Amino acid sequence: MIAHAGTVAKFQARDVVRSRWLAAYVAFFWIVTEGLLRFAGGDARAILSLASVVLYVVPLVTLVFGTVYLYNAREFTELLLAQPVGRRALYVGLYAGLTGPLCLAITVGVGVPFLLRGGVAEAQPAMLASLVGAAIALTLVFTAIAFCIALLCTDRLRGLGAAIGVWMVGAIVYDGLVMAIVAAFEGHPLERPMLVLTLANPIDLARITLLLQLDVSALMGYTGAVFQQFLGGAVGTLAAVAALLLWIVTPAWLGMRAFATKDF
Amino acid sequence: MIAARGLCKSFDGTPVLRDMDLDIVRGRVTAIVGPNGAGKTTFIKSLLGLVRPDSGLLTFEGNAIGASHAYRARIGYMPQIAQFPENLTGADFFALLRDLRGATSIDERLIDDFGLRESLRRKLRVLSGGTRQKMNAVAAFLFEPALYVLDEPTTGLDPVSAGILKRRIIEERGAARTVILTSHILADVDELADDVVFLHEGQARFVGNVRDLKRQTGQLTTERAIAELMLRERAA
Repeated sequence: MIAHAGTVAKFQARDVVRSRWLAAYVAFFWIVTEGLLRFAGGDARAILSLASVVLYVVPLVTLVFGTVYLYNAREFTELLLAQPVGRRALYVGLYAGLTGPLCLAITVGVGVPFLLRGGVAEAQPAMLASLVGAAIALTLVFTAIAFCIALLCTDRLRGLGAAIGVWMVGAIVYDGLVMAIVAAFEGHPLERPMLVLTLANPIDLARITLLLQLDVSALMGYTGAVFQQFLGGAVGTLAAVAALLLWIVTPAWLGMRAFATKDF
Repeated sequence: MIAARGLCKSFDGTPVLRDMDLDIVRGRVTAIVGPNGAGKTTFIKSLLGLVRPDSGLLTFEGNAIGASHAYRARIGYMPQIAQFPENLTGADFFALLRDLRGATSIDERLIDDFGLRESLRRKLRVLSGGTRQKMNAVAAFLFEPALYVLDEPTTGLDPVSAGILKRRIIEERGAARTVILTSHILADVDELADDVVFLHEGQARFVGNVRDLKRQTGQLTTERAIAELMLRERAA
């Protein structure tokens, strides 16, 4: 099973690495990072600005790339399934074959411009590491969600719409919802509902993990502040990381189950 | 070699296989024919484990399909539509199949017969549709399987390449291998098939060798005999 998954992952990754999409993805982060390093005034501020770009762009790109990838691979997946390979092994291979290059792309796109400047000068290697870590976690979460969408929606267009819908809710509607709730229930204790709301949104979880790490309470927002106040820095980080892990494992497992029982 | 007993499958409430019984014999070329929607593809996909029947039994070499994936090492499959990861080369594609099967070598005869050596190192995306279809055909013949499952094998091939492929199919039958093919090109069926399975509305309405088919329908060619079967079903 592991050998089969490894083989599929190796060749799928080779395909993704050679695609123009991936090159464009690396180039985008490279240019943004380079630009922020030049104009943001200091590494710490560059990393902070970069964090907001990562939190918006990584989920969107992985959702779209993930669904399109699985739709495009439909016929080829059938061919692979006609080989002596188990479905779970094939699923793991497809997932690893896509997330591997995507994670590598963001690491290179963000990391190399820093390296080229001679490392993270202002003693912020930990900040950079948590940024890349958050990007990788988001890639794993949203690729798994994209796979679920592509497996549950046979219609390509509807699947792509659902993927973009998920992103809109997580990245945009969510913030509005938080603000609306805070405004509507002013004066009420909102810590617990806010905590639940945060746990329901992997993008916010990644943001809070990152900001707790960077220790910038000014940018924490309402949910972040609740997190810090309620759970404290260290426990808060741990809780957010654990919740993010759940957000990777649950959709990945659901997707695998759908893949294992599906008719092709 | 293959036996189906009471095989049923519906998609979203529409029955496609209806209590289908069918035996396919070793060492022969069996053509599965029938109108669109008769269940040809669903039967083939069930055989490959791509589709799970709702009920009934389907066995390959005496073992029920679905328990393990190991039996597929004995099948070479050529799907109707050739579609590959765009940025892999033909060589990558064959290496992937080789590694998945844990094979140490591949049967390269068809690569040479088709003259594909030069194309192997190019990305599959830049190849013509016909060349991709040849790669697709080669993939089924790489590992000397006991059973070939060929879905519309000559579609998209030029006459010369189709001839090469048909010659190879006849050769494989000579080597006591089993071939299942579907085709809308009845001249191909006439040329290749020993046995014909005529599917209609999810059931095998005729199973037998070509001579019986011709006798039963009173026609001289397989092509006409199958056309006759279709007309009779339509009239019924």
